[in-house]
Amino acid sequence: MARTTLTKSYSFGRITRLLSGKTKLPWIPIIILSVMVICAIFAPLLTPYEPTHKDIINSRIGPAEISAYPLGTDILGRDILSRLIFGARTTVYISIVALATGAVVGTVLGLIAGYLEGWLGAMIMRFADAVMGFPTILVALIIVVLLGQGTGNIIIAVAVTVWARFARMIRADVLSVKERDYVVLAQIAGVAPPMIICRHIFPNVVNTLMVLTSLQVGQVILLEASLSFLGLGLEPGSPAWGIMVAEGRDVILDMWWLSLFPGIAITVVVMAFNFFGDWLRDFLDPKLRRA
Amino acid sequence: MQIYILTRLGQGVLTLLVLSLIVFMSVHLSGDPALLLMPPDYTEADYQQVRENLGLNRPIIIQYATFLGNAVRGDFGKSLTTRRPARDMLVERIPATLQLAGAGMLLAIVMGIPLGILSAVKKDSLLDKLVKLFAIVGIGAPQFWVAIMLILVFGGILQWLPTFGRGGPSHFILPSFVLAWSIMAGMMRLGRSSMLEVLDSEFVKFARAKGLVETLVIWKHALRNAMIPLVTFGGISLAGLLNGTIVIEVVFAWPGVGLLMLEGVAQRNFPIVEATVLTSGFFYILTSLIVDILYVYIDPRIKYS
Repeated sequence: MARTTLTKSYSFGRITRLLSGKTKLPWIPIIILSVMVICAIFAPLLTPYEPTHKDIINSRIGPAEISAYPLGTDILGRDILSRLIFGARTTVYISIVALATGAVVGTVLGLIAGYLEGWLGAMIMRFADAVMGFPTILVALIIVVLLGQGTGNIIIAVAVTVWARFARMIRADVLSVKERDYVVLAQIAGVAPPMIICRHIFPNVVNTLMVLTSLQVGQVILLEASLSFLGLGLEPGSPAWGIMVAEGRDVILDMWWLSLFPGIAITVVVMAFNFFGDWLRDFLDPKLRRA
Repeated sequence: MQIYILTRLGQGVLTLLVLSLIVFMSVHLSGDPALLLMPPDYTEADYQQVRENLGLNRPIIIQYATFLGNAVRGDFGKSLTTRRPARDMLVERIPATLQLAGAGMLLAIVMGIPLGILSAVKKDSLLDKLVKLFAIVGIGAPQFWVAIMLILVFGGILQWLPTFGRGGPSHFILPSFVLAWSIMAGMMRLGRSSMLEVLDSEFVKFARAKGLVETLVIWKHALRNAMIPLVTFGGISLAGLLNGTIVIEVVFAWPGVGLLMLEGVAQRNFPIVEATVLTSGFFYILTSLIVDILYVYIDPRIKYS
């Protein structure tokens, strides 16, 4: 009983702190991210053309040359603005699914590895070390070689590189939480380990989980974009920002707008997520600031 | 300490074994290498002959053992496209990647650390704000895009710098800058925060109190202590440089290991993929190990058990 009341009053304190208006919210990142999510959800309604619609007569149009194509068209006459908006959808979809998969797998394994320190825990951590011991692009590259291209496989590739960070951080938290009196008392009272993990340990690692997730989003977007750029991600021609930058690469001197706009989109979104993650870390857990 | 080094060595060898198994399986499960070698009008007998020559008819375990035995000796077989030994093709490419990584690291250290320290010393000044902006953009902007934009500006519009391939010193400027930017950004941020922390500590206050010149306080007493986290970060980044070199070699057509690796993946040229991935993994593990051991000498407070 005592534990629940404590947790509740703590989280209420946080919410009142937010509502009181004393906490400064990071408005610029929030607005940027909202615009991106709206673009992702309503992409077909917001775009004047299909992302694969080809208008050969109006190909290679520069930005602001024709009012029908405000950001110009590419070599095949596809509308850059429409492809950018659909690109937001690709990015949001891949990063959410990949990050969620990595976070869930990493958290579960981290909880297990932290609570049961025996051979199972050691094995999980060795795997995590092996994954973290390699450059992310190399890991993703091996997975793409193994599984081939496609949305599902790029999600797996990203998730595989991400889970280990969650497992490591969560495990470190669990190691300290499980020494606390209420956990020890629950063990003495004979509560089953899965119950202890869910009811008594997990609520205490949620902060770490949220902070880590928000700080990883930017990295995940950059990784997905890099893989797409290298031709290891989605099929060529898909509306993804990394692929759009790659398509403009060979004609950069003639058609600079092909690479410029999607690159700006990636940079702005990653910066917004990084700012938001930093803010969330300071807000939820000022202790982590130094880490 | 010796036990620690031995354990780490053991772990490194184990990780390499796991990596070799994964690479071998991924190459052999993702398609039949013999089919890639066949001319358009091949007969069943030709096909069987090629499989026989490549040793693809033997059990997979034996194939892996042979592969591993050869790989340890540096023999990865012949490239499927050029028919040259993969090892020779790899060895040709290693200097280019090492030079690029070295130039990038040097630039990051030479620019990142002094700017980070200066922005801590002159906190909230214009310089501090500019450095902060530079760092934020460096962490957020994707390297491949920065590279293309720099090619557009310095190679296309201004025509000041060469934009592809390896050549004189001017060829290094753009690729090494792009490679260095995100590491530089990390060094600036870390250098700033660790310097601020040290400047706030008792011994710095004492050094000032006894009347030492401010320059001496900062560059002799404070800097030495602020360096420790920077060395750690430098070590981690050194190993992570490989991530960046793959992308940068592709954009600048820099003839290094990363470019070879990607060409191998695109052509399903499995000896090349195996050679490049395993060698990269080997270097990566070696670097991490050396860095971990060096810490003990840099910071005597660290003790491994």
